[in-house]
Amino acid sequence: MKPPFVIQNPWETLKQFTDARIALGRAGSSLPTHEMLKFQMEHAMARDAVHLPLNGSELLGEIKTHLSRASELSARADLQKWIDQTITLNSQAENRDQYLQRPDLGRCLHSAGIDELKRSAGDFDLAICLVDGLSSIAMMRNVAPFLVEWLPSLDPSISLAPLTLVMQGRVAIGDAVAQTLNAKQVLVLIGERPGLSSPDSMGLYLTYAPNATTTDADRNCVSNIRLGGLSYPDAAHKAHYLINESRRLQLSGVQLKERSEVVDNTLTSAKSFLTAR
Amino acid sequence: MSTRSGFQYVFGTQSFHFSNLAELMAKASPLRSGDVLANVAAHTEQERAIAQMCLADVPLKRFLQEALIPYEQDEVTRLILDEHDAQAFQRISHLTVGDFRNFLLGDTCTTEVLQSLKMAITPEMAAAVSKIMRNQDLILVAKKCSVVTQFRNTIGLPGHFSTRLQPNHPTDDLTGIAASIMDGLLYANGDAVIGINPATDNVQQCSTLLHMLDDVIQHYQIPTQSCVLTHVTNTLECIHAGIPVDLVFQSIGGTEATNDSFGINLALLAEAQDAALSQQRGTVGQNLMYFETGQGSSLSANAHHGLDQQTCEARAYGVARTFNPLLVNTVVGFIGPEYLYDGKQITRAGLEDHFCGKLLGLPMGCDVCYTNHAEADQNDMDNLLTLLANAGCNFIMGIPGSDDIMLNYQTTSFHDALYIRKLLGLKPAPEFEQWLQSMDIMDKQFSISDAIPAPFAKNLKALQNH
Repeated sequence: MKPPFVIQNPWETLKQFTDARIALGRAGSSLPTHEMLKFQMEHAMARDAVHLPLNGSELLGEIKTHLSRASELSARADLQKWIDQTITLNSQAENRDQYLQRPDLGRCLHSAGIDELKRSAGDFDLAICLVDGLSSIAMMRNVAPFLVEWLPSLDPSISLAPLTLVMQGRVAIGDAVAQTLNAKQVLVLIGERPGLSSPDSMGLYLTYAPNATTTDADRNCVSNIRLGGLSYPDAAHKAHYLINESRRLQLSGVQLKERSEVVDNTLTSAKSFLTAR
Repeated sequence: MSTRSGFQYVFGTQSFHFSNLAELMAKASPLRSGDVLANVAAHTEQERAIAQMCLADVPLKRFLQEALIPYEQDEVTRLILDEHDAQAFQRISHLTVGDFRNFLLGDTCTTEVLQSLKMAITPEMAAAVSKIMRNQDLILVAKKCSVVTQFRNTIGLPGHFSTRLQPNHPTDDLTGIAASIMDGLLYANGDAVIGINPATDNVQQCSTLLHMLDDVIQHYQIPTQSCVLTHVTNTLECIHAGIPVDLVFQSIGGTEATNDSFGINLALLAEAQDAALSQQRGTVGQNLMYFETGQGSSLSANAHHGLDQQTCEARAYGVARTFNPLLVNTVVGFIGPEYLYDGKQITRAGLEDHFCGKLLGLPMGCDVCYTNHAEADQNDMDNLLTLLANAGCNFIMGIPGSDDIMLNYQTTSFHDALYIRKLLGLKPAPEFEQWLQSMDIMDKQFSISDAIPAPFAKNLKALQNH
């Protein structure tokens, strides 16, 4: 039913073609009450995603639950142990406010966990680093289902470094983690900057031979991993491609073009419905 | 007291020293997180207030003698100093920065006087005086600087307020984009430009989008211009391939190194401007460059040379004004809280950018915006929008429901544009206003029609029956 004093837009049918907030109607020329409150609710969710601290033990519990349910992985005692022995670390950002204003500190490891990292060092092919980033919700929702999709087809000859979980971290903190563990590649899973319609987007960054001089141009990124975004199978497919190509070419970043992309050939006509005759 | 070796200020028993003009400018800047991140901000509130007093005593001439980035090292510095109008500068050459503020606020400083002085004022002078101005000063003086530009309509006339219709879509889906365009046009938005940020940034994609936009503008005979916000080299390729290009877009910064990080230089911008001018697609004017800027871009490219972010931003306007742009847009809250932390800092930066741009003769608009990790919300945007419209801002963004589903940030909505037009009695660009009336989208009292105009209704129906 139409709320009183709201003028609805007779082009609501266009909503099916975009997630953009079109045909919202108006009160006078302003947003109707329900649309205004809906927006506030979604902004509140995005804000919470940024400010709610990631609960590390809950996240690891979530991963274990998913593993135990996955037929291909439930018998893998090595993976259970891998999760159990996760090393939890902190960046040098002391709190969220500082984290938001000092990205430099979010890229540096706090000294507290470095000894444990050093004790766990070995000669590994790949380090997986879970980082809270800008959305704890993204990590809680996406890490476990992604891992369950990705781990079964990981080349068994690739040796995994101990799993790490970093709080108040930026992408580049994975460099120090992998370097200390002595791993050739690092795969960082991180909560992305939340959008209003997507507060739970996870990003995946691969870096080959990370070190102190690594820059963002040396990384490959897969973005928008979430329900309603890039699916877990697609994300896992891209991750495998990047890891294998990076191992083969012994590099990552702009020189490693991502050719696993499915090319979208649907944009052949430049006419929209607005000018169709 | 200023000396060759820096600036000394004695306050009571305390003595403050600033080793050069760049340090003094940075420490006189109102607090913002980006300057703290760059480690150039004042360490205490008192040091900031002292720096502002000290800066007020600096003669304007000094900015011509002491380049903040050496002339030999930076083509933006060379551009600024080479283009300086020494003749016009005589009128203000005896002033200090503090005197300059008084002069700007004075009633003898009219729109005409400001227009005659624009090339006498360097970006650094504009930045310096802005640092010792309150928000109301920035609004009042900017309001006096009228900058009008034209391509297919007239933007920036007093009493008018335009919007860029921004119909972005995460996969560049043409139907999705067209849906947002229709929504925006029927909400009377889109007179500054219909401008798409492409999700996939390559020449073929941009060509498709440019054709689509050109079709829409021609089909409905809309007195506006289109733009696909891609890298200038892509736009150049499109022009050479005969694709219909109205405006040339580029992000620019205030140092040569920043522009280098964007993959551009002054010669490339000039080449693109020439190529677009040769198309002669403008009907009422030939302003066809569209620039975007934003405080923090130089630091983020590690190309700031120890300058504060607002001074770098003002220098970007020195670049912009060489190319007679149709639109200059400071994307104020997009960069994130490490540069502008909260609503207060975003608001201040928006007013500074608008003021500096206008003083330097630019058609300033503002992307009144924020990200979800900044300490800001819709109320902060309402405030900044209302302040900027009172300051005579040329245009803002218009987007469905404030939510950019491709770039993941919030900016002003179609509704916001109607709010500010209604509140302050502001009209769209005159040619566009006439079109809105002829299409029965908006009447003379700014009332939006409840119905869909016949030409749009026809195509909507065809889509439904498809």
